[in-house]
Amino acid sequence: MAKAASKKRATKKRAVKAKAAAKASNKNDDIGEEKRLKMWELQLEVRHLEQRAHDLFFQNMIKGTSHLAIGQEAVSAGCAAAMCDDDYTFCTYRGHAHTLVRGTSMTGMLGELMGRSCGMLGGKGGSMHLTDVEKGAMGSYAIIGAHLPIAAGAAWQAQYKGTGQVAFCFFGDGTTNIGAFHEALNFAVIWKLPVIFVCENNLYMEYTPISEVTAVEHPAADRAAAYGLPSIIVDGNDADAVYRVARDAAAKARAGDGPSLIEAKTYRHSGHSRADPATYRPKGELEKWMERDPLKIYRERLGEFGVTKKVIDSIEKDVLRRVDEATEAAKESPPPSDDVLMTDVYADGGSSWRN
Amino acid sequence: MAELTYREAVIEGIAQEMRRDEDVVFLGEDIAKAGGVFKATVGLYDEFGPLRVRDTPISEQAILGAAMGAAMTGLKPIAEIMFSDFLAVCWDIVANQIAKSRYMTNGQVDVPLVIRTANGGGARFGAQHSQSVENWAMMIPGLKVVAPSTPADIKGLMAAAIRDPDPVLFFEQKSLYATKGEVPDGEHVDEIGTAKVVREGDDVTIVALAAMVPRALAAAERLQSEAGISASVVDLRSLVPLDTKTIFEQVEKTSRLVTVEENPRLCGWGAEVSSIVAEEMFWNLDMPIVRITTPHIPLPSADELEDIALPSVDRIFETVRREVD
Repeated sequence: MAKAASKKRATKKRAVKAKAAAKASNKNDDIGEEKRLKMWELQLEVRHLEQRAHDLFFQNMIKGTSHLAIGQEAVSAGCAAAMCDDDYTFCTYRGHAHTLVRGTSMTGMLGELMGRSCGMLGGKGGSMHLTDVEKGAMGSYAIIGAHLPIAAGAAWQAQYKGTGQVAFCFFGDGTTNIGAFHEALNFAVIWKLPVIFVCENNLYMEYTPISEVTAVEHPAADRAAAYGLPSIIVDGNDADAVYRVARDAAAKARAGDGPSLIEAKTYRHSGHSRADPATYRPKGELEKWMERDPLKIYRERLGEFGVTKKVIDSIEKDVLRRVDEATEAAKESPPPSDDVLMTDVYADGGSSWRN
Repeated sequence: MAELTYREAVIEGIAQEMRRDEDVVFLGEDIAKAGGVFKATVGLYDEFGPLRVRDTPISEQAILGAAMGAAMTGLKPIAEIMFSDFLAVCWDIVANQIAKSRYMTNGQVDVPLVIRTANGGGARFGAQHSQSVENWAMMIPGLKVVAPSTPADIKGLMAAAIRDPDPVLFFEQKSLYATKGEVPDGEHVDEIGTAKVVREGDDVTIVALAAMVPRALAAAERLQSEAGISASVVDLRSLVPLDTKTIFEQVEKTSRLVTVEENPRLCGWGAEVSSIVAEEMFWNLDMPIVRITTPHIPLPSADELEDIALPSVDRIFETVRREVD
């Protein structure tokens, strides 16, 4: 047994080496170095900002709740690399990553989590509602399923006006069991809308394994056929793989050929939210997935394509510096002033409901 | 001025705004080729075509979600929810998404859309197609709530709702669809948040909404001729914004307030109106405020039962005569 395993490892090692040599000789593959370095940077931004959010939570500087995407970075980064600047992103309460990769300010994001006046929503939204309309981040929606039809509506606008924009809509595996998921898919297909539904299947709906509560093995992909869509499953821990399916889906949408449904298989390293120590996970599962950590995979990938360790590390160092700076700036920002409490209920900027 | 039915005024109001602004689009179940189950959208598909007037599947969450997504990215959608009872199916989109987005994004998101829906009883449809649910909408911060009673108001307030930068829940009372009235020719745009004094009186102010307005007016005529009671009738027209100023002016004059509401009693809109008047005009009142409502029951279907459930001209007349005497 041990011998067989060792032989298998050696064979695998050789195969990996050969693959690396092939890739090193072909830097200009369909992705290219510039995009890869961008995806590396985006994944690092998500990882380190999420880690910082986690730390600030345990220092009691972030209240409420937070749903981290540590372990799922490749999905947001890979999709962001396939987006145009004016495309739309719709995401869920686990939406720090999807918002950040659109280029929003780290200070604005941390400030919002910390309830400071520098927050991107002025302290009125919090962790679960991050939005930066100027960057195309059209909101984080915290009621499961709601944003799928909303994303379809943004895509309808793009179709109606012929803008060429695409709406990316991210959600978890648990969303595939709520009615709005099915309504939105059917609707997007019959109207041929330029929307890309990206299911991040991290194996748990919240605390319960998705397999225990779903009639099919692949919660999104196995439902695609019901709406006449191809079944697409991608390795959600490999940013290159995610980028390629997102790029193809975006091209299809921009060509007027309608929506796509992508199931990205991934894993969150922490629990559902800060309140969840994730004790329900079988022993060894996390360790197995840590071996497939998207950042580990991508660091190796960059090496295979001949990017030097110095470049790889310098990008990480720069990201860490920016996260530190954002943390300090957010800490220095005062809490929101009382007068924002009653603003922006209505379009006149106020909250008046009577004369 | 032309005489139109309430349902024709719906069509006129929508068509007027669709001619004016290409960003106005319209979606809903059976609204395009079929012209709507209440025939209140006939001709719009023919005039504006399949890209602007679109039939949808029976998917209320998709209808309102799509309307919201389109509104927040630059269109001005009108979405139909066929019966207002069905709002319960998509209430998340109304109450959590459409209504809250501007506030929780600190003003980043605009949601300029109109949700029009056939509201209320009188058609013997039974409990799931008859409830008057305007009070559900009134209690959600971030929404505007309109419920016209005449064809002229339907046209003018529809135009105002479509032009409004906020989300508007537009209730069309289905018992009024066949009623007729004079409607101004040409462009007609009214103002949301303004009540109308539709009858001047000295002894009591009756505040009513939608289908209860013609009933309150008929009761007021009988009060005058049979009991010598002179009643003001205020057509509220919108619940949010609420025109308390007009109510106050009438109550100041009459010192008595009666509300006539089609919604079931608990937390009906009249409770809020009564509360405001009690808090701010208590010393002007000569009698306790009286609320005439549908009882706190689901609506029954048989003619006789539905008729006694909804506030009738007789009930309004009897109640006001008894209380004012």
